[in-house]
Amino acid sequence: MSSVSLTVNGKAVTADIDPRTLLVQYLRDSLRLTGTHVGCDTSQCGACVVHLDGQAVKACTVLTVQCEGREVTTIEGLASGGALHPMQAAFREHHGLQCGYCTPGMIMTAVDLVRRKGHALDEHTIRHELEGNICRCTGYHNIVKAIGAGAAAMAGGPQQAAAE
Amino acid sequence: MYAFAYHHPTSLKEAAGLLAKDADAKIVAGGHTLLPTMKQRLAAPGSLVDLARVPDLAGIERTPRAVTIGAMATHAMVADSAEIREAIPALTELAALIGDPAVRHRGTIGGSVANNDPAADYPAACLALGATIGTNKRKIAAEDYFTGLFETALEEGEIVTSVSFPIPHKAAYEKFRNPASRYALVGVFVAKRPSDIRVTVTGAGSNGVFRWTEAEEALAKRFSPKSLDGLSASPANLNSDLHADAAYRAHLIGVMARRAVQKAADR
Amino acid sequence: MTATGIGAPVRRKEDQRFITGKGRYVDDFNRPGQAHACFLRSPHAHAAIRGIDAGAARAMPGVLAVLTGEDLAADKVGGLICGWMIHSKDGTPMKAGAHPALAQGKVRYVGDHVAVVVAETLSQAKDAAEAIAVAYDLLPAVVETARAAGAGTVIHDVAPDNTVFNWHLGNQADVEAAFARAAHVTAIDLVNNRLVPNAIEPRAAIGDYDEAEEQFTLYTTSQNPHVARLVLSAFIGIAPENKLRVVAPDVGGGFGSKIFIYAEETVCVWAARKVGRPVKWTSDRTEAFLCDAHGRDHVTHAEMALDESGRILALKVHTIANLGAYLSTFASSVPTYLYAPLLSGQYNIPAIYCEVDGVYTNTAPVDAYRGAGRPEATFVIERLAEVAARQLGQDPARFRRRNYVKAFPHQTPVIMMYDGGDYAASLDKALEIADHKGFPRRRRESARNGKLRGLGFSSYIEACGIAPSQAVGSLGAGVGLWESAEVRVNPTGSIEVLTGSHSHGQGHETTFAQLVSDRLGVPIESVSIVHGDTDKVQFGMGTYGSRSGAVGMSAIAKALDKVVAKGRKVAAYALEAGEGDIEFKDGRFSVAGTDRSLAFGEVALQAYIAHKFTGAELEPGLKEGAFYDPTNFTFPAGVHICELEVDPDTGHVTIERFTAVDDFGNIINPMIVEGQVHGGIAQGVGQALFEGAVYDSDGQLVTASFMDYRMPRAEDLPSFEVGMTVTPCPSNPLGIKGCGEAGAIAAPAAVMNALTDALGHENIAMPATPLAVWRAAQASPHLQPAAAE
Repeated sequence: MSSVSLTVNGKAVTADIDPRTLLVQYLRDSLRLTGTHVGCDTSQCGACVVHLDGQAVKACTVLTVQCEGREVTTIEGLASGGALHPMQAAFREHHGLQCGYCTPGMIMTAVDLVRRKGHALDEHTIRHELEGNICRCTGYHNIVKAIGAGAAAMAGGPQQAAAE
Repeated sequence: MYAFAYHHPTSLKEAAGLLAKDADAKIVAGGHTLLPTMKQRLAAPGSLVDLARVPDLAGIERTPRAVTIGAMATHAMVADSAEIREAIPALTELAALIGDPAVRHRGTIGGSVANNDPAADYPAACLALGATIGTNKRKIAAEDYFTGLFETALEEGEIVTSVSFPIPHKAAYEKFRNPASRYALVGVFVAKRPSDIRVTVTGAGSNGVFRWTEAEEALAKRFSPKSLDGLSASPANLNSDLHADAAYRAHLIGVMARRAVQKAADR
Repeated sequence: MTATGIGAPVRRKEDQRFITGKGRYVDDFNRPGQAHACFLRSPHAHAAIRGIDAGAARAMPGVLAVLTGEDLAADKVGGLICGWMIHSKDGTPMKAGAHPALAQGKVRYVGDHVAVVVAETLSQAKDAAEAIAVAYDLLPAVVETARAAGAGTVIHDVAPDNTVFNWHLGNQADVEAAFARAAHVTAIDLVNNRLVPNAIEPRAAIGDYDEAEEQFTLYTTSQNPHVARLVLSAFIGIAPENKLRVVAPDVGGGFGSKIFIYAEETVCVWAARKVGRPVKWTSDRTEAFLCDAHGRDHVTHAEMALDESGRILALKVHTIANLGAYLSTFASSVPTYLYAPLLSGQYNIPAIYCEVDGVYTNTAPVDAYRGAGRPEATFVIERLAEVAARQLGQDPARFRRRNYVKAFPHQTPVIMMYDGGDYAASLDKALEIADHKGFPRRRRESARNGKLRGLGFSSYIEACGIAPSQAVGSLGAGVGLWESAEVRVNPTGSIEVLTGSHSHGQGHETTFAQLVSDRLGVPIESVSIVHGDTDKVQFGMGTYGSRSGAVGMSAIAKALDKVVAKGRKVAAYALEAGEGDIEFKDGRFSVAGTDRSLAFGEVALQAYIAHKFTGAELEPGLKEGAFYDPTNFTFPAGVHICELEVDPDTGHVTIERFTAVDDFGNIINPMIVEGQVHGGIAQGVGQALFEGAVYDSDGQLVTASFMDYRMPRAEDLPSFEVGMTVTPCPSNPLGIKGCGEAGAIAAPAAVMNALTDALGHENIAMPATPLAVWRAAQASPHLQPAAAE
């Protein structure tokens, strides 16, 4: 067993865990943060994307012990103060989800994309940047629309999102 | 995953000591090759030695003649580096084609060259640019480093610490992705160096990355895609699988090489 | 139309929980004391089991039990069933081999279930599974669809030549006569590639047994929990129906693959009682590739007879359908009654004859996958139509238009009675949206850049709204395919609707509530849709075959009619008027010609307080149920146009435009309907260009992960151009036809017609991977030798 301390969604947590515990397993099984999903075994589907020190990573391919002293944000910790994050609101507004299973990973990837590429995202960029996230329901059409709108809304701050 | 012990040394010396203690120990950098393999129970290291807390392994340094990248630099750090883009834009472009954004936030250049996956991208750049692989023990020329499928010149307990790329006159990388895995089905790196021209191929060779010497000779006469017209790579010693047979790979090598030369020539 | 009524693009009620990570999927559930199951799966495609030594495994840390097929047999647990009886031409019933949930004596495909380990942790279960020693006698594997019959190796003793059935439909004599007088015959050979459904949520199950109540609970990723309960109870014999609760909570996509009753959920619920602990199993992706029922896998030869003018005279089709190693729950119906009756397409074809040979192979079972039979039929008729038009030198759109069914109802020679539609209207609209006129110019531009551009049509029809119970019963179905609904109005006027439909991405919580809001004039927020729990909903047939709108909502509409009728009676007492004078409009019951009225909620309260009428006059309460059995299939139809560009240097294909014009009848929520179209197109494009399950000659699945099986990604697709035409469906009270499968049905033919148009020849099969396209491009007559690198 190994001891590990990290911050998850702003809260300090410490655990004594088997070193083979993947971050996604720790989040889901120990912290009961079940919004982070597992959809494949090969780091490809992106259903498990969370932010590690602000960057999108695949939580199925990170050991919890590798997160010592680091900050993890999951879909549950994205919004603050009860209002939806603008990207969450955009996914609903533009019907960017159907079964909802890939959605948390999509949203976390999209927020990271805005961090890296800014608020004015064209369709080509969005589609290219989604190369690590697979959706089987939507055909991506509305996900692309949602991310474009969500990126723009993020420039407006949380006020605008709450108004949607 | 099988059980293992986890270590996070804070110096290279400590890391080397841990590796020496356990013959079944493995180094973990970004973990994006090792962890999936362990999850499938195809690898069973007795212990993992994580380099994340060893200081000064992720730096990027530019000198007039070379760019040196620390082994723990992620693909995203390389792809986003203005210094590297200014010196060797082909390298930032290559890094941006590895995996996907989340993978690039974790995967490292050191992990990639230490693993030497025959479909990885960095080996093509190392060999074409004449890179030097730095370890905790020595410096190894790329020509001597990549020795076969998942095989390198690294000895037991040897740790990659940096990769140093001489700055070429011009270079470009073109990659045709395996449509499913996104690894290179064929990747061709073309470098016009002060001393010579190199054309390297990854993803295709049954023995890993290799130099396409016929193309190098043709380009030495004139650095233009036209120099490669009528030239085709030999399908002998190329991989055949579900996604591409050897003939298709041989053809793609020619197409990617011409495109890379054009791109480099346009710089 | 109100803001939340029928026809409004209401934002989905269910999204709040999904976008905040609060969805509840099966793997999110944990039961107190839960143990974990790991299945030991066959590494061989075909082998006799000589012995299983689980001694070492049982002694390992944390292991609670190791169970095998012998234990199942000892407990008299029945095998998995196929619920649709097909008879061969000679009248003999299909040859259904036994399908035990854990192998008994033999394994028949890679991934077949050999044993299960139940342990304290999943790691312990996996460790122990590796310690089970199984002695196998290897047998030759039968893999190829076209060579399975008479392969010399017998997979099931009941089917010595590996043939499940030799089935046929139509009139062979009429067809032969038509071919004899045909001016032209177009013949093609087609492979409909095997697909892996790959819902992003892998299957999962938790079995739980309450000893005090003798009550079983199964949490499972199911599209139809009641059907699962029925089969587990009546056929597999796990527990009486009243002692088995099946819960299918949020389900992360199904596409057919979660209709079926599989070995894993059967074993989890059985093992829960055996070990006295809840037992949980969650599939990993590789298990999903190996063991989820696959889709398609047909090998077909088809011929079309035409007269001089290009009018279709007859169709003759022979298909070999690979059903895999065992018959899955609805496997036999897919390549037969869900396939051949759609071969007439949108066309007036006087004579059709289709033969289908269903075969066993040493591969994963094959069953319904989005479209189920109808994509295969559409691919046959739409590839034939395109090739025939090309061979006759006719414009493919004009060829189709000439042959369209134009008068309704239309009886095809293969069972179906088309009840309505306007196929030319969809074609006109599609041609316009796709800028068909501008295509030659775009093609020239591509050619200037060394690229090959092509355009292809798919003028599809499907039969949805599955299905009239009597009709499907006469065709072999083991169940009726009606749907149930119960509308419970609370005293405060809020409403719960209990439905037998199941939502796993379709948005029922929104669309069904829209119907209620529209009909009762109540706010959509006061309507809750309850589904997916056999303890809550009395019975239902579930969601597949684009049936939830046409059948599930029709049941709700019927129950709502009853609620309104009862409300009228209550209002009459409350308003002291005759029942005949009570009108219901915009959420108010009013006395005709007066200003006396009560809101719906006030009437609900009156129904429950029952102060205004005696029990002898009227039963208190406001709750009504309905079973709706459709009177016909519904026939959504439309025209999809694909335009693509081929890079002959690499074989890379870019979908430049994809236009879909569909007639789904009346639409409840256009936003959701368009989303269904988008998703279907992506899966159809995936089938055409990317996806294919490949087994090697030993029966090993080569494409067993996303590393080798190419899923469509965002970058592979354009934004789609979607249009609608509307002819209301005359066969159900809402005029709905169904939209869930259209894209997957239409798109493969549109893409392949476009690709063959670009290449200038027909010699390419699905999936048209870069390798295949590059090879095919070498033979393209459109390429000057100089342009081919």
